[in-house]
Amino acid sequence: MIRVVLPFHLRTLARVESEVQIDVAPPVTVSSILDALEARYPVLRGTIRDHVTLRRRPFLRFFACKEDFSNEPPDAALPDAVVSGTEPFLIIGAMAGG
Amino acid sequence: MSNVRLLVGTKKGAFILTADGKRQNWDVSGPHFAGWEMYHLKGSPADPNCIYASQTSGWFGQIIQRSDDGGKTWEAPGGGVTTTPEGMPAGESNKFVYEGEVGTHKWYDGTQHPWEFKRVWHLEPSLTDPNTVYAGAEDAAIFKTVDGGKTWKELSGLRSAKGHLWQPGAGGMAVHTIILDPKDVNRIYIAISAAGAFRTDDGGKTWKPINRGLKSQYELPDPDAEVGHCVHRIAMHPSRPGVLFMQKHWDVMRSDNAGDQWSEVSGNLPSDFGFPIEVHAHEPETIYVVPIKSDSEHFPPDGKLRVYRSRSGGNEWEALTKGLPQKDCYVNVLRDAMSADSLEPCGLYFGTTGGQVYGSADGGDSWNPIVRDLPAVLSVEAQTLR
Repeated sequence: MIRVVLPFHLRTLARVESEVQIDVAPPVTVSSILDALEARYPVLRGTIRDHVTLRRRPFLRFFACKEDFSNEPPDAALPDAVVSGTEPFLIIGAMAGG
Repeated sequence: MSNVRLLVGTKKGAFILTADGKRQNWDVSGPHFAGWEMYHLKGSPADPNCIYASQTSGWFGQIIQRSDDGGKTWEAPGGGVTTTPEGMPAGESNKFVYEGEVGTHKWYDGTQHPWEFKRVWHLEPSLTDPNTVYAGAEDAAIFKTVDGGKTWKELSGLRSAKGHLWQPGAGGMAVHTIILDPKDVNRIYIAISAAGAFRTDDGGKTWKPINRGLKSQYELPDPDAEVGHCVHRIAMHPSRPGVLFMQKHWDVMRSDNAGDQWSEVSGNLPSDFGFPIEVHAHEPETIYVVPIKSDSEHFPPDGKLRVYRSRSGGNEWEALTKGLPQKDCYVNVLRDAMSADSLEPCGLYFGTTGGQVYGSADGGDSWNPIVRDLPAVLSVEAQTLR
Protein backbone atom coordinates (compact mmCIF):
# COMPACT_ATOMS: atom_id res chain seq x y z
CA MET A 1 0.00 0.00 0.00
CA ILE A 2 1.23 3.46 -0.89
CA ARG A 3 0.37 6.20 1.58
CA VAL A 4 -0.60 9.54 0.05
CA VAL A 5 -1.17 12.75 1.99
CA LEU A 6 -3.41 15.27 0.26
CA PRO A 7 -3.71 19.02 0.92
CA PHE A 8 -6.76 20.21 2.86
CA HIS A 9 -8.87 21.30 -0.10
CA LEU A 10 -8.36 18.06 -2.00
CA ARG A 11 -9.24 16.04 1.09
CA THR A 12 -12.56 17.85 1.36
CA LEU A 13 -13.12 17.50 -2.36
CA ALA A 14 -12.46 13.74 -2.34
CA ARG A 15 -14.13 13.37 1.07
CA VAL A 16 -11.22 11.51 2.62
CA GLU A 17 -9.09 11.82 5.74
CA SER A 18 -5.64 13.33 5.68
CA GLU A 19 -3.96 10.19 4.41
CA VAL A 20 -5.23 7.72 1.83
CA GLN A 21 -3.80 4.32 1.04
CA ILE A 22 -3.84 3.02 -2.50
CA ASP A 23 -2.55 0.05 -4.38
CA VAL A 24 -0.03 1.03 -7.02
CA ALA A 25 1.33 -1.46 -9.49
CA PRO A 26 5.11 -1.22 -9.83
CA PRO A 27 7.10 0.69 -10.78
CA VAL A 28 6.04 3.22 -8.15
CA THR A 29 6.55 6.68 -9.60
CA VAL A 30 4.86 10.06 -9.32
CA SER A 31 2.96 9.22 -12.46
CA SER A 32 1.78 5.78 -11.33
CA ILE A 33 0.72 7.11 -7.92
CA LEU A 34 -1.34 9.84 -9.52
CA ASP A 35 -2.86 7.38 -11.99
CA ALA A 36 -3.99 5.16 -9.14
CA LEU A 37 -5.15 8.10 -7.03
CA GLU A 38 -7.28 9.52 -9.84
CA ALA A 39 -8.72 6.09 -10.64
CA ARG A 40 -9.84 5.76 -7.04
CA TYR A 41 -11.02 9.36 -6.71
CA PRO A 42 -12.01 10.64 -10.17
CA VAL A 43 -12.99 14.03 -8.78
CA LEU A 44 -9.28 14.69 -8.31
CA ARG A 45 -8.60 14.43 -12.04
CA GLY A 46 -7.36 17.80 -13.23
CA THR A 47 -6.76 19.13 -9.73
CA ILE A 48 -3.18 17.88 -9.31
CA ARG A 49 -2.09 17.76 -12.93
CA ASP A 50 -3.56 19.04 -16.14
CA HIS A 51 -6.27 16.89 -17.72
CA VAL A 52 -4.55 16.73 -21.08
CA THR A 53 -0.84 17.43 -20.69
CA LEU A 54 -0.62 15.67 -17.29
CA ARG A 55 1.79 18.38 -16.18
CA ARG A 56 1.82 19.21 -12.48
CA ARG A 57 -0.28 22.23 -11.60
CA PRO A 58 2.07 25.14 -10.89
CA PHE A 59 1.20 25.65 -7.22
CA LEU A 60 1.45 22.01 -6.13
CA ARG A 61 4.54 20.19 -4.95
CA PHE A 62 5.43 16.51 -4.50
CA PHE A 63 7.53 15.60 -1.47
CA ALA A 64 8.70 12.27 -0.03
CA CYS A 65 11.38 11.33 2.45
CA LYS A 66 12.27 15.00 2.89
CA GLU A 67 13.04 15.31 -0.81
CA ASP A 68 11.30 17.42 -3.43
CA PHE A 69 10.18 15.36 -6.43
CA SER A 70 8.13 18.14 -8.01
CA ASN A 71 10.50 18.69 -10.88
CA GLU A 72 11.75 15.15 -11.28
CA PRO A 73 10.60 13.18 -14.33
CA PRO A 74 7.15 11.78 -13.52
CA ASP A 75 8.28 8.27 -14.35
CA ALA A 76 11.33 8.36 -12.07
CA ALA A 77 11.34 5.70 -9.35
CA LEU A 78 10.44 6.89 -5.84
CA PRO A 79 12.37 5.87 -2.71
CA ASP A 80 11.93 2.38 -1.26
CA ALA A 81 10.39 3.88 1.88
CA VAL A 82 7.49 5.18 -0.21
CA VAL A 83 7.15 1.90 -2.08
CA SER A 84 7.03 -0.06 1.19
CA GLY A 85 4.60 2.34 2.79
CA THR A 86 7.02 3.36 5.51
CA GLU A 87 6.92 6.97 4.36
CA PRO A 88 4.01 8.80 2.74
CA PHE A 89 4.01 10.55 -0.61
CA LEU A 90 3.08 14.16 0.11
CA ILE A 91 1.07 16.38 -2.24
CA ILE A 92 1.48 19.92 -0.94
CA GLY A 93 -0.09 23.23 -1.85
CA ALA A 94 2.76 25.64 -2.45
CA MET A 95 2.93 28.89 -0.57
CA ALA A 96 1.28 31.26 -2.98
CA GLY A 97 -0.61 33.88 -1.03
CA GLY A 98 -4.33 34.47 -1.25
CA MET B 1 -46.22 31.87 -0.17
CA SER B 2 -43.25 32.46 -2.39
CA ASN B 3 -39.69 32.42 -1.17
CA VAL B 4 -36.50 33.97 -2.44
CA ARG B 5 -33.15 32.24 -2.51
CA LEU B 6 -29.95 34.14 -3.24
CA LEU B 7 -26.94 32.22 -4.50
CA VAL B 8 -23.88 34.20 -3.54
CA GLY B 9 -20.41 33.39 -4.84
CA THR B 10 -17.45 34.93 -3.04
CA LYS B 11 -13.67 34.83 -3.13
CA LYS B 12 -13.67 32.32 -0.28
CA GLY B 13 -16.79 30.21 -0.58
CA ALA B 14 -20.48 30.22 -1.46
CA PHE B 15 -23.40 31.36 0.66
CA ILE B 16 -27.11 30.77 0.26
CA LEU B 17 -29.48 33.37 1.64
CA THR B 18 -33.18 32.58 1.93
CA ALA B 19 -36.24 34.57 2.91
CA ASP B 20 -40.00 34.45 2.54
CA GLY B 21 -41.86 36.75 0.19
CA LYS B 22 -41.63 39.70 2.57
CA ARG B 23 -37.85 39.57 2.17
CA GLN B 24 -37.20 41.04 5.58
CA ASN B 25 -35.67 38.19 7.56
CA TRP B 26 -32.95 36.14 5.94
CA ASP B 27 -31.34 32.83 6.80
CA VAL B 28 -27.69 32.47 5.87
CA SER B 29 -26.21 29.11 4.91
CA GLY B 30 -22.51 28.67 4.31
CA PRO B 31 -19.73 28.89 3.61
CA HIS B 32 -20.10 26.11 1.09
CA PHE B 33 -16.78 25.06 -0.47
CA ALA B 34 -14.99 27.18 2.11
CA GLY B 35 -11.75 28.66 0.93
CA TRP B 36 -12.46 28.21 -2.79
CA GLU B 37 -13.22 30.98 -5.23
CA MET B 38 -16.88 30.55 -6.15
CA TYR B 39 -17.24 32.51 -9.34
CA HIS B 40 -20.89 31.80 -10.01
CA LEU B 41 -23.85 29.69 -8.93
CA LYS B 42 -27.09 29.47 -10.85
CA GLY B 43 -30.23 27.38 -10.62
CA SER B 44 -32.07 25.74 -13.47
CA PRO B 45 -35.21 27.63 -14.51
CA ALA B 46 -36.75 24.23 -15.23
CA ASP B 47 -35.93 22.85 -11.78
CA PRO B 48 -34.89 25.54 -9.29
CA ASN B 49 -33.54 22.99 -6.82
CA CYS B 50 -31.00 21.95 -9.43
CA ILE B 51 -28.13 24.38 -8.93
CA TYR B 52 -24.76 24.46 -10.63
CA ALA B 53 -21.68 26.09 -9.12
CA SER B 54 -18.28 27.01 -10.47
CA GLN B 55 -15.66 26.22 -7.83
CA THR B 56 -12.16 27.28 -8.77
CA SER B 57 -8.70 27.72 -7.35
CA GLY B 58 -5.31 28.88 -8.47
CA TRP B 59 -3.90 25.75 -6.88
CA PHE B 60 -6.34 23.05 -7.92
CA GLY B 61 -8.09 24.30 -11.04
CA GLN B 62 -11.73 24.03 -11.99
CA ILE B 63 -14.47 21.99 -10.31
CA ILE B 64 -18.14 22.00 -11.28
CA GLN B 65 -20.56 21.20 -8.48
CA ARG B 66 -24.22 20.34 -8.73
CA SER B 67 -26.95 20.28 -6.11
CA ASP B 68 -30.35 18.68 -6.59
CA ASP B 69 -31.83 19.81 -3.30
CA GLY B 70 -31.54 23.57 -3.46
CA GLY B 71 -27.98 23.77 -2.20
CA LYS B 72 -28.19 21.54 0.87
CA THR B 73 -25.89 18.87 -0.59
CA TRP B 74 -23.52 18.95 -3.53
CA GLU B 75 -21.82 16.50 -5.86
CA ALA B 76 -19.23 16.94 -8.57
CA PRO B 77 -21.10 15.37 -11.53
CA GLY B 78 -19.27 12.34 -12.74
CA GLY B 79 -16.74 12.74 -9.98
CA GLY B 80 -17.78 9.73 -7.96
CA VAL B 81 -16.08 6.37 -8.03
CA THR B 82 -17.56 5.23 -11.31
CA THR B 83 -15.84 3.10 -13.88
CA THR B 84 -16.29 2.15 -17.49
CA PRO B 85 -16.78 -1.52 -18.42
CA GLU B 86 -13.02 -1.60 -19.02
CA GLY B 87 -12.41 -0.53 -15.43
CA MET B 88 -11.21 3.00 -16.18
CA PRO B 89 -12.53 6.07 -14.33
CA ALA B 90 -15.60 7.44 -16.02
CA GLY B 91 -15.64 10.86 -14.40
CA GLU B 92 -14.96 13.69 -16.81
CA SER B 93 -16.88 16.36 -14.96
CA ASN B 94 -14.24 19.00 -14.66
CA LYS B 95 -12.60 18.53 -18.00
CA PHE B 96 -12.78 21.64 -20.17
CA VAL B 97 -10.73 21.07 -23.29
CA TYR B 98 -10.78 23.33 -26.32
CA GLU B 99 -11.97 21.61 -29.48
CA GLY B 100 -9.73 20.94 -32.44
CA GLU B 101 -6.78 23.12 -33.33
CA VAL B 102 -6.43 25.34 -30.29
CA GLY B 103 -5.12 28.36 -32.17
CA THR B 104 -4.03 31.65 -30.71
CA HIS B 105 -5.30 35.01 -29.61
CA LYS B 106 -3.54 38.32 -29.24
CA TRP B 107 -1.30 38.64 -26.18
CA TYR B 108 -0.47 41.73 -24.17
CA ASP B 109 2.64 42.39 -26.22
CA GLY B 110 0.80 42.08 -29.53
CA THR B 111 2.12 38.61 -30.31
CA GLN B 112 -0.13 35.58 -30.69
CA HIS B 113 -0.66 33.36 -27.66
CA PRO B 114 -2.31 29.92 -27.40
CA TRP B 115 -5.66 29.56 -25.70
CA GLU B 116 -5.27 28.22 -22.15
CA PHE B 117 -8.23 27.16 -20.03
CA LYS B 118 -8.20 28.84 -16.60
CA ARG B 119 -11.65 28.79 -15.03
CA VAL B 120 -15.41 29.03 -15.51
CA TRP B 121 -16.75 32.50 -14.83
CA HIS B 122 -20.43 31.97 -15.55
CA LEU B 123 -22.89 29.08 -15.71
CA GLU B 124 -26.15 29.43 -17.61
CA PRO B 125 -28.57 26.52 -17.27
CA SER B 126 -30.97 25.86 -20.12
CA LEU B 127 -34.41 27.40 -19.79
CA THR B 128 -36.08 24.02 -20.27
CA ASP B 129 -33.69 21.16 -19.44
CA PRO B 130 -31.96 20.90 -16.04
CA ASN B 131 -29.20 18.73 -17.52
CA THR B 132 -28.20 21.23 -20.18
CA VAL B 133 -25.92 24.06 -19.09
CA TYR B 134 -23.63 26.53 -20.82
CA ALA B 135 -20.36 27.56 -19.21
CA GLY B 136 -18.47 30.76 -19.98
CA ALA B 137 -14.75 30.20 -19.62
CA GLU B 138 -11.46 32.06 -19.37
CA ASP B 139 -9.64 32.02 -21.84
CA ALA B 140 -12.74 33.06 -23.67
CA ALA B 141 -14.85 30.12 -24.79
CA ILE B 142 -18.28 28.67 -24.27
CA PHE B 143 -18.80 25.06 -23.27
CA LYS B 144 -22.02 23.03 -23.10
CA THR B 145 -23.08 19.99 -21.16
CA VAL B 146 -26.19 17.97 -21.96
CA ASP B 147 -25.64 15.33 -19.27
CA GLY B 148 -25.92 17.40 -16.14
CA GLY B 149 -22.30 18.45 -15.97
CA LYS B 150 -20.60 15.09 -16.41
CA THR B 151 -19.01 16.07 -19.71
CA TRP B 152 -18.46 19.43 -21.40
CA LYS B 153 -17.97 20.21 -25.06
CA GLU B 154 -16.77 23.51 -26.45
CA LEU B 155 -18.88 25.41 -28.98
CA SER B 156 -15.71 26.22 -30.82
CA GLY B 157 -17.29 28.36 -33.51
CA LEU B 158 -17.08 31.28 -31.11
CA ARG B 159 -13.32 31.40 -31.39
CA SER B 160 -13.71 31.74 -35.15
CA ALA B 161 -15.40 35.11 -34.66
CA LYS B 162 -12.08 36.94 -35.04
CA GLY B 163 -10.69 35.25 -31.95
CA HIS B 164 -7.15 35.83 -33.15
CA LEU B 165 -7.75 39.56 -32.55
CA TRP B 166 -9.06 39.22 -28.99
CA GLN B 167 -6.67 40.46 -26.35
CA PRO B 168 -7.10 39.99 -22.60
CA GLY B 169 -7.70 43.03 -20.43
CA ALA B 170 -6.42 43.39 -16.91
CA GLY B 171 -9.19 41.14 -15.59
CA GLY B 172 -8.49 38.34 -18.03
CA MET B 173 -10.28 37.28 -21.20
CA ALA B 174 -13.43 35.45 -20.21
CA VAL B 175 -16.94 34.74 -21.41
CA HIS B 176 -18.72 36.28 -18.44
CA THR B 177 -22.23 36.78 -19.81
CA ILE B 178 -24.47 34.20 -21.47
CA ILE B 179 -28.07 35.07 -22.34
CA LEU B 180 -30.45 32.50 -23.79
CA ASP B 181 -33.26 33.81 -25.97
CA PRO B 182 -36.52 32.46 -24.50
CA LYS B 183 -38.30 32.75 -27.85
CA ASP B 184 -35.61 31.28 -30.09
CA VAL B 185 -33.71 28.27 -28.82
CA ASN B 186 -31.00 28.81 -31.42
CA ARG B 187 -30.17 32.36 -30.38
CA ILE B 188 -27.60 33.00 -27.65
CA TYR B 189 -25.81 36.20 -26.71
CA ILE B 190 -22.45 36.21 -24.96
CA ALA B 191 -20.00 38.90 -23.88
CA ILE B 192 -16.25 38.90 -23.37
CA SER B 193 -14.27 41.63 -21.63
CA ALA B 194 -11.91 43.37 -24.04
CA ALA B 195 -13.36 41.42 -26.99
CA GLY B 196 -17.02 42.42 -27.16
CA ALA B 197 -20.48 40.97 -27.58
CA PHE B 198 -21.32 38.07 -29.89
CA ARG B 199 -24.46 36.29 -31.06
CA THR B 200 -25.28 32.93 -32.50
CA ASP B 201 -28.48 32.24 -34.41
CA ASP B 202 -27.80 28.56 -35.01
CA GLY B 203 -27.46 27.14 -31.54
CA GLY B 204 -23.78 27.90 -31.17
CA LYS B 205 -22.30 26.60 -34.41
CA THR B 206 -21.42 30.03 -35.75
CA TRP B 207 -21.10 33.38 -34.03
CA LYS B 208 -20.80 36.96 -35.15
CA PRO B 209 -19.61 40.08 -33.35
CA ILE B 210 -22.45 42.46 -32.47
CA ASN B 211 -20.56 45.59 -31.52
CA ARG B 212 -21.67 48.18 -34.05
CA GLY B 213 -22.26 51.50 -32.37
CA LEU B 214 -19.91 50.85 -29.47
CA LYS B 215 -17.25 53.52 -29.10
CA SER B 216 -13.98 52.87 -27.32
CA GLN B 217 -11.91 55.72 -28.65
CA TYR B 218 -9.23 55.56 -25.97
CA GLU B 219 -8.74 51.81 -26.05
CA LEU B 220 -9.47 51.21 -29.75
CA PRO B 221 -8.21 53.83 -32.18
CA ASP B 222 -10.19 52.23 -35.03
CA PRO B 223 -13.75 53.62 -34.75
CA ASP B 224 -15.07 50.73 -36.83
CA ALA B 225 -13.37 47.97 -34.84
CA GLU B 226 -15.59 44.89 -34.94
CA VAL B 227 -14.02 43.35 -31.84
CA GLY B 228 -11.95 44.58 -28.92
CA HIS B 229 -14.68 46.46 -27.06
CA CYS B 230 -14.73 45.90 -23.33
CA VAL B 231 -18.28 44.78 -22.65
CA HIS B 232 -18.82 44.37 -18.93
CA ARG B 233 -22.36 43.02 -18.90
CA ILE B 234 -25.49 42.59 -21.00
CA ALA B 235 -29.04 42.25 -19.71
CA MET B 236 -32.31 41.33 -21.37
CA HIS B 237 -35.94 41.15 -20.30
CA PRO B 238 -37.42 37.77 -21.29
CA SER B 239 -40.52 39.37 -22.77
CA ARG B 240 -38.40 41.31 -25.30
CA PRO B 241 -35.42 39.21 -26.27
CA GLY B 242 -34.39 41.56 -29.05
CA VAL B 243 -33.88 44.48 -26.67
CA LEU B 244 -30.52 44.40 -24.94
CA PHE B 245 -28.94 46.68 -22.36
CA MET B 246 -25.18 46.86 -21.90
CA GLN B 247 -22.81 48.23 -19.30
CA LYS B 248 -19.61 48.73 -21.20
CA HIS B 249 -16.22 49.61 -19.70
CA TRP B 250 -17.37 53.17 -20.23
CA ASP B 251 -20.90 53.89 -21.52
CA VAL B 252 -24.29 52.36 -20.91
CA MET B 253 -25.80 51.19 -24.20
CA ARG B 254 -28.98 49.69 -25.58
CA SER B 255 -29.90 47.81 -28.71
CA ASP B 256 -33.40 47.33 -30.10
CA ASN B 257 -32.40 44.90 -32.81
CA ALA B 258 -30.68 42.01 -31.04
CA GLY B 259 -27.33 43.73 -30.93
CA ASP B 260 -27.06 44.66 -34.61
CA GLN B 261 -26.77 48.32 -33.61
CA TRP B 262 -26.15 49.96 -30.24
CA SER B 263 -26.79 53.48 -29.02
CA GLU B 264 -25.61 55.18 -25.88
CA VAL B 265 -28.10 55.79 -23.06
CA SER B 266 -25.74 56.97 -20.32
CA GLY B 267 -27.67 60.25 -20.03
CA ASN B 268 -27.28 61.94 -16.66
CA LEU B 269 -25.34 59.22 -14.85
CA PRO B 270 -22.57 60.64 -12.63
CA SER B 271 -20.20 58.15 -14.28
CA ASP B 272 -20.99 55.78 -17.09
CA PHE B 273 -18.28 53.34 -16.01
CA GLY B 274 -19.49 50.29 -14.12
CA PHE B 275 -19.93 46.56 -14.19
CA PRO B 276 -23.45 45.14 -13.62
CA ILE B 277 -26.68 46.05 -15.37
CA GLU B 278 -30.05 44.51 -14.55
CA VAL B 279 -33.63 44.73 -15.80
CA HIS B 280 -36.72 44.96 -13.59
CA ALA B 281 -38.67 41.69 -13.59
CA HIS B 282 -41.99 43.26 -14.60
CA GLU B 283 -41.03 46.52 -16.32
CA PRO B 284 -38.89 45.88 -19.42
CA GLU B 285 -37.88 49.53 -19.69
CA THR B 286 -36.73 49.81 -16.07
CA ILE B 287 -33.02 49.14 -15.74
CA TYR B 288 -30.41 49.44 -13.00
CA VAL B 289 -26.68 50.18 -12.94
CA VAL B 290 -24.13 50.95 -10.24
CA PRO B 291 -21.86 53.78 -11.43
CA ILE B 292 -18.18 53.43 -10.59
CA LYS B 293 -15.86 56.40 -10.64
CA SER B 294 -13.48 55.30 -13.39
CA ASP B 295 -11.41 52.52 -14.89
CA SER B 296 -8.58 53.62 -12.62
CA GLU B 297 -10.63 53.99 -9.45
CA HIS B 298 -13.01 51.07 -9.01
CA PHE B 299 -15.27 52.54 -6.35
CA PRO B 300 -18.40 54.70 -6.32
CA PRO B 301 -18.06 58.42 -7.09
CA ASP B 302 -17.72 60.59 -3.98
CA GLY B 303 -17.71 57.55 -1.68
CA LYS B 304 -21.50 57.23 -2.12
CA LEU B 305 -22.90 53.82 -3.01
CA ARG B 306 -25.77 54.59 -5.35
CA VAL B 307 -27.81 52.37 -7.60
CA TYR B 308 -29.17 54.28 -10.55
CA ARG B 309 -32.54 53.40 -12.04
CA SER B 310 -33.94 54.41 -15.38
CA ARG B 311 -37.63 53.86 -16.05
CA SER B 312 -37.26 54.89 -19.65
CA GLY B 313 -34.78 52.33 -20.87
CA GLY B 314 -31.87 54.67 -20.31
CA ASN B 315 -30.89 58.33 -20.68
CA GLU B 316 -32.90 59.53 -17.67
CA TRP B 317 -31.59 58.15 -14.42
CA GLU B 318 -32.44 58.60 -10.76
CA ALA B 319 -30.17 57.84 -7.83
CA LEU B 320 -31.43 55.24 -5.35
CA THR B 321 -29.73 55.89 -2.03
CA LYS B 322 -32.12 55.01 0.78
CA GLY B 323 -30.41 52.49 3.00
CA LEU B 324 -27.10 52.58 1.12
CA PRO B 325 -23.94 54.17 2.60
CA GLN B 326 -23.61 57.74 1.42
CA LYS B 327 -20.16 58.49 2.69
CA ASP B 328 -16.80 56.77 2.94
CA CYS B 329 -17.87 53.83 0.79
CA TYR B 330 -15.18 52.48 -1.50
CA VAL B 331 -16.40 49.07 -2.58
CA ASN B 332 -17.01 47.78 -6.08
CA VAL B 333 -19.92 45.78 -7.47
CA LEU B 334 -18.77 43.18 -9.96
CA ARG B 335 -20.51 42.27 -13.21
CA ASP B 336 -22.28 39.10 -12.05
CA ALA B 337 -23.16 40.47 -8.62
CA MET B 338 -26.60 41.98 -9.28
CA SER B 339 -29.86 40.15 -9.73
CA ALA B 340 -33.63 40.60 -9.56
CA ASP B 341 -36.36 38.35 -8.21
CA SER B 342 -39.76 38.15 -9.87
CA LEU B 343 -42.04 38.82 -6.92
CA GLU B 344 -44.40 41.76 -6.75
CA PRO B 345 -42.94 44.25 -6.09
CA CYS B 346 -39.72 43.23 -7.78
CA GLY B 347 -36.75 42.59 -5.51
CA LEU B 348 -33.23 43.71 -6.39
CA TYR B 349 -29.98 42.43 -4.87
CA PHE B 350 -26.32 43.17 -5.25
CA GLY B 351 -23.09 42.16 -3.55
CA THR B 352 -19.94 44.19 -3.05
CA THR B 353 -16.24 43.54 -2.93
CA GLY B 354 -16.50 44.59 0.72
CA GLY B 355 -18.63 41.54 1.48
CA GLN B 356 -22.03 43.18 1.82
CA VAL B 357 -25.14 41.90 0.10
CA TYR B 358 -27.84 44.54 -0.15
CA GLY B 359 -31.46 43.82 -0.96
CA SER B 360 -34.45 45.89 -1.95
CA ALA B 361 -37.99 44.54 -1.74
CA ASP B 362 -39.51 47.56 -3.46
CA GLY B 363 -37.86 47.79 -6.85
CA GLY B 364 -34.88 49.73 -5.55
CA ASP B 365 -36.66 52.50 -3.64
CA SER B 366 -35.05 51.37 -0.39
CA TRP B 367 -32.25 48.99 0.52
CA ASN B 368 -31.12 46.96 3.49
CA PRO B 369 -27.94 45.00 4.10
CA ILE B 370 -28.77 41.29 4.23
CA VAL B 371 -25.23 40.37 5.29
CA ARG B 372 -22.34 42.71 5.89
CA ASP B 373 -19.18 40.70 6.36
CA LEU B 374 -18.82 38.03 3.70
CA PRO B 375 -15.65 37.64 1.65
CA ALA B 376 -15.56 39.76 -1.50
CA VAL B 377 -18.71 38.98 -3.47
CA LEU B 378 -18.19 37.75 -7.03
CA SER B 379 -21.75 36.89 -7.99
CA VAL B 380 -25.36 37.08 -6.82
CA GLU B 381 -28.23 35.17 -8.39
CA ALA B 382 -31.81 35.50 -7.15
CA GLN B 383 -34.22 32.60 -7.41
CA THR B 384 -37.94 33.08 -6.92
CA LEU B 385 -39.41 29.90 -5.47
CA ARG B 386 -43.16 29.48 -5.77
